[in-house]
Amino acid sequence: MAEKEKSFVDRLWDFFASVKLAIVLFSLIALTSIIGTVIEQNASPEKNIIVLKRLVGENLAPTVYRILDILGFMDMYHSWWFVTLLVLFAMNLIICSLERLPRIWNLIKEPVKPLNPERIPAFPIRKEIVIRHSPETVREALVQSVKQLGFKPMNSPLEDGGYQLYAQKGNWSRLGVYITHLSIIMIMIGAVIGIFFGFNGFLNLPEGYTSDVAYSRKDSKPHPLGFSIRCDDFDVEFYGMSDMPKDYRSWLTVFKDGKEVMKKMIEVNSPLKFEGYTFYQSSYGMLSTGRGFFIFKVKGPGGKTETITKIMGESFIIPGTNIKGTIKKFSPALAISQDGKTYTYAQMMNNPAVYIEFTENGKPKYSGWILKRYPQTWRLPDGSIVQFIDYWGVQYTGLQVRKDPGVWIVYLGCVVMAIGLYMAFFMSHKRIWLIASKAKEGTLIRILATANKNRAGFERKVETLVSNLNREV
Amino acid sequence: MDSSTLFGIATIGYILAMVTYIVYIAFRNKTIGIIASTITIVSFIAHTGAFFMRWYEGYIMGLRSLWHPPISNLYESIIFFVWCLILGYIIIEIKYTNRSFGAFVTPIAGLALAFIEMTGMSKEIEPLVPALQSNWLLAHVTMSFISYALFGLSFATALMYLIEKTEKKTEPAYIFWSFSLGILIVLLIAMTMDYLEFHVAATTSENIKNYLFKATFKSANSVVAITSWIGSFIIIGMVWAFGHHLKRLIGALNVTPELLDELTYKTVAIGFPIFTLGGLIFGAIWADQAWGVYWSWDPKETWSLITWFVYAFFLHARLMRGWRGKRAAIVSVIGFVAVVFTYLGVNLLLSGLHSYGSLS
Ligand code: HEM
Repeated sequence: MAEKEKSFVDRLWDFFASVKLAIVLFSLIALTSIIGTVIEQNASPEKNIIVLKRLVGENLAPTVYRILDILGFMDMYHSWWFVTLLVLFAMNLIICSLERLPRIWNLIKEPVKPLNPERIPAFPIRKEIVIRHSPETVREALVQSVKQLGFKPMNSPLEDGGYQLYAQKGNWSRLGVYITHLSIIMIMIGAVIGIFFGFNGFLNLPEGYTSDVAYSRKDSKPHPLGFSIRCDDFDVEFYGMSDMPKDYRSWLTVFKDGKEVMKKMIEVNSPLKFEGYTFYQSSYGMLSTGRGFFIFKVKGPGGKTETITKIMGESFIIPGTNIKGTIKKFSPALAISQDGKTYTYAQMMNNPAVYIEFTENGKPKYSGWILKRYPQTWRLPDGSIVQFIDYWGVQYTGLQVRKDPGVWIVYLGCVVMAIGLYMAFFMSHKRIWLIASKAKEGTLIRILATANKNRAGFERKVETLVSNLNREV
Repeated sequence: MDSSTLFGIATIGYILAMVTYIVYIAFRNKTIGIIASTITIVSFIAHTGAFFMRWYEGYIMGLRSLWHPPISNLYESIIFFVWCLILGYIIIEIKYTNRSFGAFVTPIAGLALAFIEMTGMSKEIEPLVPALQSNWLLAHVTMSFISYALFGLSFATALMYLIEKTEKKTEPAYIFWSFSLGILIVLLIAMTMDYLEFHVAATTSENIKNYLFKATFKSANSVVAITSWIGSFIIIGMVWAFGHHLKRLIGALNVTPELLDELTYKTVAIGFPIFTLGGLIFGAIWADQAWGVYWSWDPKETWSLITWFVYAFFLHARLMRGWRGKRAAIVSVIGFVAVVFTYLGVNLLLSGLHSYGSLS
């Protein structure tokens, strides 16, 4: 029969169903991606021109930059041609899988059938043993040994009074490849949904402030959230007495229609989620205009403790005494130089310290720095304790605000991919036949088996089965 | 004894083992082979001990919780990579009762360990900054390095396969493997020179932070630098010119190309799912938890993806006629180069090109 001229649609289908295209796309995506790791994406032109000068020299750099810019390399992962590559890749994957799925499906659906004992095809694993008992007496032992390998054997009688046990398992594992391919499509769909319907923004929220908007990363435009969020407090914890941060924490409260609905402390790896929005701890800072509240826990010599909140310049009385403390100075990060002078070494609250002057009945008594991180500075000469709890209201927490309605599809795709890869690489489709026929000395048992993966491993199991049979019967 | 002493013993042991395996390949003397295996196993035990000691040290110093094994900075992760690589190798040596892979696997370990010494990277036990305190990150790093080690093994077997299978010196596959092996040898020699110059001869009194290639390609003395380049080309040329002798050596060691091909596929077939789950998926989950973006196309992420595509290429190439065998082996070699670039190149080369972060 002469080959029929294929229609355009058929040819297009064949083109997209080929593994060759997949190989070409793997290479193209990998190779072009490299360029995007050399050229900094979405950076200012000067930065990349400097990079190009190092690579191609002073003279060529501006021209190369212009060419790359026109081709979209400055934001290449979102350029039309890279997106086209990804679309082609997705089509390749879908059509290739659709093309092969029916055949695989039939293979999976097909039950194992008994073999014709006269014409046994060449199987990769074949063993023979002879046992000095009739087929009937060894039947139970044979069934048990096959069950031990995890098969549920079926039985079919032979004409000579013998019988045949046969079984298969793992036939579903042939779907592993297609489940893996499906998962890639799921992840891509999830990512596209995120790009079109998601929101990526930020919100710098000072302690004590409430906001009902976040700001877009793209154009810094306010984006209404539909609820409001308040920063109750922000704090950095350090390793021991070092300046190495151990943890950043924000205490947040969510309000919906004027009512408080949620309170949560967030940390770097533990965000707050509400109505599809997620708030991540991403940065922090000090307000330049900061006028905050000093919070102390003051314990007098009599043992009475009070919590006191004051602003700069205000005074308080130590309970049970006539001693008055006045807040004079503040340093977010106090250090002492070698000649004993104090100075501020950072503009972050690394080592907050407050300078307080104490007087008794108007007469100066003592004065000095009280440091939040050093409890030994809290104790006054007369035994009272002024614990510096916080300087509240001068820091802001930097929140990353995201809404990604596609992310659960991406995660589901990841789970599906894990399952698919497990099936594709760690499971195999195994079939086994035991043909027990009458022989002069007893029973001839022929064992035939196949596996589509890790055949050597399966062969070893079959060998164990044979040696067990030899020992037991 | 502390963990760094034990690490030192293991490092010297692996380098000794490397030399012994190469001698074994050259003379095919069984006793030498047994010595090589013994050195490897003893070093591995020392290495394992050092790993757990460092873990414990981080805990008693109050810098890390008991849940954080020492795999959080560059130094610790290279050490862990070597541990996985040697473990994988020992399993293969026992399972296939064949020692000759040792001469190809231990140089990878030697290169990695020499790299630590030459760059003068920090070996301190560091406290974890907030973003790193994540169990996802832990799973991500552990699994990534297990898969890197498996890819390293497949690199070694693929290279041996190519050596055995190529006939003519003009054939692309021959040129490919002889150049790859030549570059590997040049790197080993260059790092040894760095080591000798800065650690043994101690020619410099000042404390250079990064010795890498300072004794050769990056020498302040331009004569030395130029000689190094010329020397490298000569070495690569010699490997090309005399490489066919290697074929006879490997051929005499009872490793059939079929076994090598099977091992290359098997190590990738185990490494690929582990890399996908640990390297890509867990990495994305961690990024999502820490910063709210599961994928941001940053150079490190992109290079992981490139590596993933190269190995996907490898797996699918086997489905096409004419792509089994030599071509697939070449892809596997390229895959491991991508792995190394993902881990080191991004930090070393790209970050030097831009001005963010570097080796510390
Ligand atoms: C990066 C994306 C891809 C991944 C992670 C992936 C994953 C896999 C895996 C793990 C296997 C099993 C390989 C083995 O057992 O050695 C496989 C097989 C296969 N893949 Fe892919 N694949 C991808 C893309 C594609 C594409 C775009 C096509 C389109 C042609 C394709 C076509 C095939 C075919 C035809 C098989 C063999 C199926 C069989 O043996 O029955 N794959 N894939």
